[in-house]
Amino acid sequence: MSRVKELQKSLFGGTTSNARQFGMIFTLVAIVLLFQILTDGLTLSPGNLISLVSQYSYILILAIGMLMVIVAGHIDLSVGSIAAFVGIVVANIMQDYSVPWFLAILIGLAVGAVIGAWQGFWVAYVGVPAFIVTLAGMMLFRGGNQFIGNADTIPVPEGFRKIGAGFLPEIGPNTGYNNLTLLLGLVICVAVVVREWRGRATRREMQAEVAPMWISVIRVAIPLVVVVFATLQFAGGRVGTSFPISGIILGVLVVIYGFVTRNTAGGRHIYAVGGNARAAELSGVKLKRVNFLVMMNMSVLAALAGMIFVARSAASGPQDGIGWELDAIAAVFVGGAAVSGGLGTISGSIVGGLVMAVLNNGLQLMGVGSDRVQIIKGVVLLLAVALDAYNKKQGRFSVIDSLMRPFRRDTPTGAESPAEAGQERGKSPVAG
Amino acid sequence: MSGAPVLLEMRSITKEFPGVKALSDVNLVVRAGEIHAIAGENGAGKSTLMKVLSGVYPYGTYSGEILYQGTESRFSDIRASEHAGIVIIHQELALVPGMSITENIFLGNEPGRGGVIDWKIANRRATELMAQVGLEEDPDTLIKDIGVGKQQLVEIAKAFAKDVKLLILDEPTAALNEADSQHLLDLLRGFKLQGITSIIISHKLNEIAQVADSITILRDGRTIETLDIKADGVDEDRIVRGMVGRELHSRFPDHTPNIGEVFFEVRDWTVRHPISAERLVAKHSGFTVRRGEIVGFAGLMGAGRTELAMSLFGRSYGTYVSGQIFKDGEEIVLKSVSDAIEHGLAYVSEDRKAIGLNLLDDIKTSMVAAKLSKISKHGVVDQVQEYQAAESYRKSLRVKAPTVDEGVTKLSGGNQQKVVLAKWMFTDPDLLILDEPTRGIDVGAKYEIYGIIQRLADQGKGVIVISSELPELIGLCDRIYTVFEGTITGEILRKDADPELLMKQMTSVKKAQRA
Repeated sequence: MSRVKELQKSLFGGTTSNARQFGMIFTLVAIVLLFQILTDGLTLSPGNLISLVSQYSYILILAIGMLMVIVAGHIDLSVGSIAAFVGIVVANIMQDYSVPWFLAILIGLAVGAVIGAWQGFWVAYVGVPAFIVTLAGMMLFRGGNQFIGNADTIPVPEGFRKIGAGFLPEIGPNTGYNNLTLLLGLVICVAVVVREWRGRATRREMQAEVAPMWISVIRVAIPLVVVVFATLQFAGGRVGTSFPISGIILGVLVVIYGFVTRNTAGGRHIYAVGGNARAAELSGVKLKRVNFLVMMNMSVLAALAGMIFVARSAASGPQDGIGWELDAIAAVFVGGAAVSGGLGTISGSIVGGLVMAVLNNGLQLMGVGSDRVQIIKGVVLLLAVALDAYNKKQGRFSVIDSLMRPFRRDTPTGAESPAEAGQERGKSPVAG
Repeated sequence: MSGAPVLLEMRSITKEFPGVKALSDVNLVVRAGEIHAIAGENGAGKSTLMKVLSGVYPYGTYSGEILYQGTESRFSDIRASEHAGIVIIHQELALVPGMSITENIFLGNEPGRGGVIDWKIANRRATELMAQVGLEEDPDTLIKDIGVGKQQLVEIAKAFAKDVKLLILDEPTAALNEADSQHLLDLLRGFKLQGITSIIISHKLNEIAQVADSITILRDGRTIETLDIKADGVDEDRIVRGMVGRELHSRFPDHTPNIGEVFFEVRDWTVRHPISAERLVAKHSGFTVRRGEIVGFAGLMGAGRTELAMSLFGRSYGTYVSGQIFKDGEEIVLKSVSDAIEHGLAYVSEDRKAIGLNLLDDIKTSMVAAKLSKISKHGVVDQVQEYQAAESYRKSLRVKAPTVDEGVTKLSGGNQQKVVLAKWMFTDPDLLILDEPTRGIDVGAKYEIYGIIQRLADQGKGVIVISSELPELIGLCDRIYTVFEGTITGEILRKDADPELLMKQMTSVKKAQRA
């Protein structure tokens, strides 16, 4: 087994979706470096990184929910409208009824939950395809937004704006950096190390094969370098700015949902339903409940994203959230999810979302007009998924694999280990 | 048949996939007008060889040569081989359910001009072709409204529409009941008289022995031997020996049953068809299962065995009308699959790929999927326990895979079936219902599955086996119920069971004498 293969396998496991992520991470790094050069270092400057996070965190929050919807075999077109609807409701009750901002956030989430229950009911219990239910929802709640807001803009109070436009505050001694951001970076570094260490311990406990030490070192070292660099950039920006609150909300959600989808019975059920609904049902999975909860969860996250956006732009308007559903769906598919459901990960979707975000941001920094940005994003989405489809057809399983192929000298038959050969055997149609 | 001219010769065909040689130096000689069988265990390379022949793997992707009608053929795709008169009918039928018989017969081969279909010709030709294959249906009937047996005939008619010279059938009878299988085999004999050459790939060795003129046996991607069925006096045992390279002393492991008390009973079980409400798929059915007993359910396809089993398993099929289930003397009510699992029932479905497994999963995830609660705390799955549980099943059931992290799609049919069995053994059931547990599985793996079933019975569990293969039921079960059109028509003890008696009761409504 070549080193690249071994690294790939140990970093991401062997499955198609994970291999795709491996490719996407490299793509992300490549895009970041490309724009770093093209924009003369502007891309990775503190100011740009901070605005990148606060500008895209709500799309990434949507991508989390969308990933689960897509894994379960559905789609949600209504998230942008729901975000706008919740945004206007929250802005309205704060302005007209002077509801305090924290209570307004809770009410906003509750409204999202009610809307989600409504859509989930149609999808799960009546059996209307999610595409139709959410297409209807897209119109319904867009209209609702304009009805409540009289197609006008409603400003939101200062306290509320924190969730969209706030930063970690400056406290403690003057170090030249934002102290809380430094602390946050430190916590993440520790978490990365602990996680790897515990992962190894678990593999040992299973009496399963443990990845070689050099892989663990790489697996820890690369994220540490990235985190340290990012921490210093975020903490070293203009005074008064630091790591955005919305980024922290996103981070917490990624950790929670990542855990739920990977490690809980409920998460397993989502993948089972998307992979083979009938098999899942005959294994005792409550199909309707899973579909209901997945749709409902999406709307709650859409509500949250809507509120963050309203907070960031200081007002809620009739054009909020237009096209968000498409950005979220694109992020999920670029991140390796399968159109037919059952495959995909939260982290993959985040990486996919970041690829699109960096692309968008980098092109804007270069002064490319939004018309051309749209065209380029469309092409990238198509190519990412097409390359994946092509690779599957060729029996290769990742973007990086096909990129590396011309450089590989070892012949496929000679270098493969027996285990690998066994896999290939199953993959190739020798069923007869 | 040794006198007939050679129609097809495949010479030292070698086909490699990354990391594996699927075919190595395979030779095949088929004479004009014969029925030539190809046998081999799963993974022996039968389907790959046929894909090379039919151009699915085009010229250049394999080495060796194909001589067809005396000249070397280099097929670039399926169309090219079909043009030459070679038509392959795959195990999974390639028909469009929502289209009519006529439309399917001419799909991709529509008579007419400039893309406009001439329906007059199409209908007339369709009627002729259907008569040729013995299919009595209205040509306008939709495919989804006819049974699998008739669908198979439509596939063959479709092949005839392409002016077939060499017909290749991949497991043609795998999904057919005995009567339909027989009809198909008779049809093949008829084609022979018309000068059509057939290649048949089948796991059903009795059919090969019955219908084929010669047989080529493949093992591990190599040609083992080609035999003339009559001249060499080939019987099933001879074929098995060639396939596995050793003699299987018996097709069933030795087993002394240790049967206890009746612990599971169904009374007056009546279920309505999910769509047509006037149809009953189970009519006042009642049966019992004892601890340690293997109970068989015999019946023709569509007799309602699967429907009965699934309706018992948490009402997964049809609409419940009446009936009671008793377990250990107490009535239990199973309204959902999770109720059924909770009460110690397990149902291994007949179609493991469509409804038994999530093919995207790896082995360990599949094995624990039906009872995650057993290895999770507060909904969080303990991955160490998951791995260890799966690993122990992998070893005890001898699943051929390096680790349990492997994806289930990469396994052969027999190993996938073991994974499904493990999945249900993991739920600690008292009663296992196994629906066609050895369908599409090769001889060696079948033997292992039988052993697993017997071990489960020896642990004091009740096992119900639904099977369309009578020898399997007779060889494995302690007691057999026969089912006909939703009614249980008989109950036969192992010592009294013979295929004729079973067949008689499987095809009649008259209540047989209770054994």
